Amino acid sequence: MPYNKPLPQPTPETQPFWDSMKRHQMQLPRCQDCREFHFYPRAFCPKCYSANLAWEDVSGRGRLETYVINHRAAPRFEEDAPYVIAVVTLEEGPRMMSNLVEAEPDPARLPPDLPLEVVYDDVTDEVTLPKFRPVRA
Amino acid sequence: MANQARDAAIVGIHEYPLRVAPGRSAMQIKAESISKALEDSGLKYSDVDAIYDTNEGEGGGGLGMSHYLGLKPTVIDTTAVGGSSYEFQTAHALRDIRAGKANVAILSYGSVAASNRTPIGTGGGTGAGAPNWQGNMEDSFGQTLIANYAMVAHRHMHQYGTTSADLAEISVSTRLHATRNPDAVRAMQDLQFMGTGEISVQDVLDSRVIADPLHLLECCMVSDGGGALVIASAAAARGAKKKPVWILGTGEATKYRENGGDITVSAGAQSAPIAFGEAGVKPEELDLAMIYDSFTITVATILEDLGFCKKGEYKDFAKGNRFRFDSALKPALNTDGGGLSSNHPGMRGLFLLLESVRQLRGESSSQIANAQLAIAHGNGGFLGGNHTGGSVILARD
Repeated sequence: MPYNKPLPQPTPETQPFWDSMKRHQMQLPRCQDCREFHFYPRAFCPKCYSANLAWEDVSGRGRLETYVINHRAAPRFEEDAPYVIAVVTLEEGPRMMSNLVEAEPDPARLPPDLPLEVVYDDVTDEVTLPKFRPVRA
Repeated sequence: MANQARDAAIVGIHEYPLRVAPGRSAMQIKAESISKALEDSGLKYSDVDAIYDTNEGEGGGGLGMSHYLGLKPTVIDTTAVGGSSYEFQTAHALRDIRAGKANVAILSYGSVAASNRTPIGTGGGTGAGAPNWQGNMEDSFGQTLIANYAMVAHRHMHQYGTTSADLAEISVSTRLHATRNPDAVRAMQDLQFMGTGEISVQDVLDSRVIADPLHLLECCMVSDGGGALVIASAAAARGAKKKPVWILGTGEATKYRENGGDITVSAGAQSAPIAFGEAGVKPEELDLAMIYDSFTITVATILEDLGFCKKGEYKDFAKGNRFRFDSALKPALNTDGGGLSSNHPGMRGLFLLLESVRQLRGESSSQIANAQLAIAHGNGGFLGGNHTGGSVILARD
């Protein structure tokens, strides 16, 4: 069955992020002056306003900032419910919305600040989404 | 309070009574509400020289509303920042009146979200809109509005030990107020609530989980509805039928996800101190807090951010049925029945102002004894992501 959930529509700012996802090596924009990473990608660094940006590889590791176990699914996500939507704080600083995978949708097993790592989910031939799973001890 | 500036006041209000209004348009609801609010004020359409509008209905906005109403105002404002737009517009009206640019202003709201079966809280991103730098980065993960707010609740629980039972206190007091408001009772009947009487903390905890940790009885309804209000300069207010309700201070702010930052802190932490500073009053002096109750967590977070208690101390603050209209402890909360149990057509900010005015006039269905001061605080957008906060402090004459 073809993938029917919403897909990102890249903009000139976000295209390099989706290209990096396709290569299974996440990259984020980094200010070459103040060294801060940011997300979502912008035309300049939102911390110091320098336009001197470069795309750099990131670790794909982070921690669970917060999450929800969504029982009342968004349209086209019905078969996944209950599913976990999370905000992940990456080691490099930026926060990113994603889904948790390989994790029980059980609050007792999802303490905030849980260590996470990225999983590259090739949902179509063109699009790879960043999902996250708990780091195994 | 001797040195407070009293330059602009709310002098007319109307709340559209129906929460299910099939066959009506949003513009009809707005127009009827404006006429009745003007009637309440004793002022006339020909007195109006300022229109504030969110463009929420069917082609309103400052321009569209001027056209629909056949007016040629000289202050035209289309501030649209979500559910808090009406607190922002009130702030702008105060500013425009102080600047001498406006004399009599109207704000209105109309929506037929229930009749149109608009999935306000449960619809997801479609990914079908025009590409943009932010929204389409998130549409692929199945987020809903409720889910976004629930993420604030999980973090709040983790950082401060808040429980679902603590949050349920808001649902319980708000429902009590709704049972005393005939329009809210009819709303719950017309929207086929399973029960329209008082509820307990246990009832809230026993209701269905929508987006863990938020339960059904922690979520606002989706209704039709609307209303309008008239804001006048001090000079124009002297000609009004009823005593003016003075706008003492306002504050506006934005909040968004960024590196660092605390998801449990809302834009209200920035807007409220500005409003309190301008008004020259302190949170503990207020008799009423009208806080946008999209969900229980919205209110808990904002009560802290407005300074009624410290960040993280909501769970202790909420004890002892203190939010009831007849509590000895200030402030009473959402005495009209709120979005949880009276009306939520999508953007509740206007109703926060309407009930504040009713209380300060002595016209509420859950009247606080000797109410003198109120705050209306609107939250627009996604509490766990991009949102706005608008604070308005009001005083009786």
